[in-house]
Amino acid sequence: MQALHNFNAATVVFYLLAALAVASALGVALSRNILHSAFSLLGTLAGVAGLYFLLGADFVAVVQLLVYVGGILVLILFAVLLTREITDIRISNLSVSLLGGVPAALLLLGLVTHICLHAPFASTAPATAPTVHRLGDALLREYALPFEIASVVLLMALVGAMVIARRAVKEEARSAVDNPEAPPTDGVGAGAGGAR
Amino acid sequence: MTALVTIGLHHYLVVASLLFVLGLLTVATRRNAVAILMGVELILNAASLNFVAFSKYAHGGVAGQVFSLFIILLAAAEAVIALAIVLAIFRNFKNVDVFATTTLRE
Repeated sequence: MQALHNFNAATVVFYLLAALAVASALGVALSRNILHSAFSLLGTLAGVAGLYFLLGADFVAVVQLLVYVGGILVLILFAVLLTREITDIRISNLSVSLLGGVPAALLLLGLVTHICLHAPFASTAPATAPTVHRLGDALLREYALPFEIASVVLLMALVGAMVIARRAVKEEARSAVDNPEAPPTDGVGAGAGGAR
Repeated sequence: MTALVTIGLHHYLVVASLLFVLGLLTVATRRNAVAILMGVELILNAASLNFVAFSKYAHGGVAGQVFSLFIILLAAAEAVIALAIVLAIFRNFKNVDVFATTTLRE
């Protein structure tokens, strides 16, 4: 009975969010439809963001929602829709050897959980204060160099993604331009060239 | 019973290890490159959750949250690059099945 007195709202919310995150992760791992996997990822990301709120990490939670749900998930959905015809989407998310994969995963889960539950971690009294001020201080003082390097990494990722994606587009466009004009080269093509 | 009712560091660690294992299962068993990327995102989320949980319960400061922010940032950069590569693979192979893209092995 003593335990039930401590059963408060935070506990209920924790279990709800954890269930949401883990159930959605199961969907990501096991769904046969890749669109269902992508939307399950939404549940996991939202659940983890809720756990961040519960841990008092308000800024990280908001960043998680903005960047993951607003950015990465939309990007993944774009990739799913660009790389697959809708017709064969039912078999779009094949897996290999779940028979071997699931027992191996369960074994690893047991190992990791056992270590987590039995390791003597130091613990302090948790403080829950708004973290934005302290995070800003930390990012611009102790972590100023990683912060700047991170901005360079983002710039490189931006440029790199454009280079990788554009090269393929350019080659496609060039072959598309070359091929239709190849047959009438002596007729229309030469006339156009002369006009120029 | 008390261990289940009073939420502590271990609860978050168990949730994070579940997410990690499911992400690893996704990475190991999926054949679609985009789905493998989703598994990577799950793994990164698990690591990030661990950082924030330790930041609250074991460290008390804000350092873990800073690292969690860096993880989110790197995940964004990684997703952008990886999806660009996936699109390039799709243009070349007309497929994003990782079993079909074995040119380097042959």
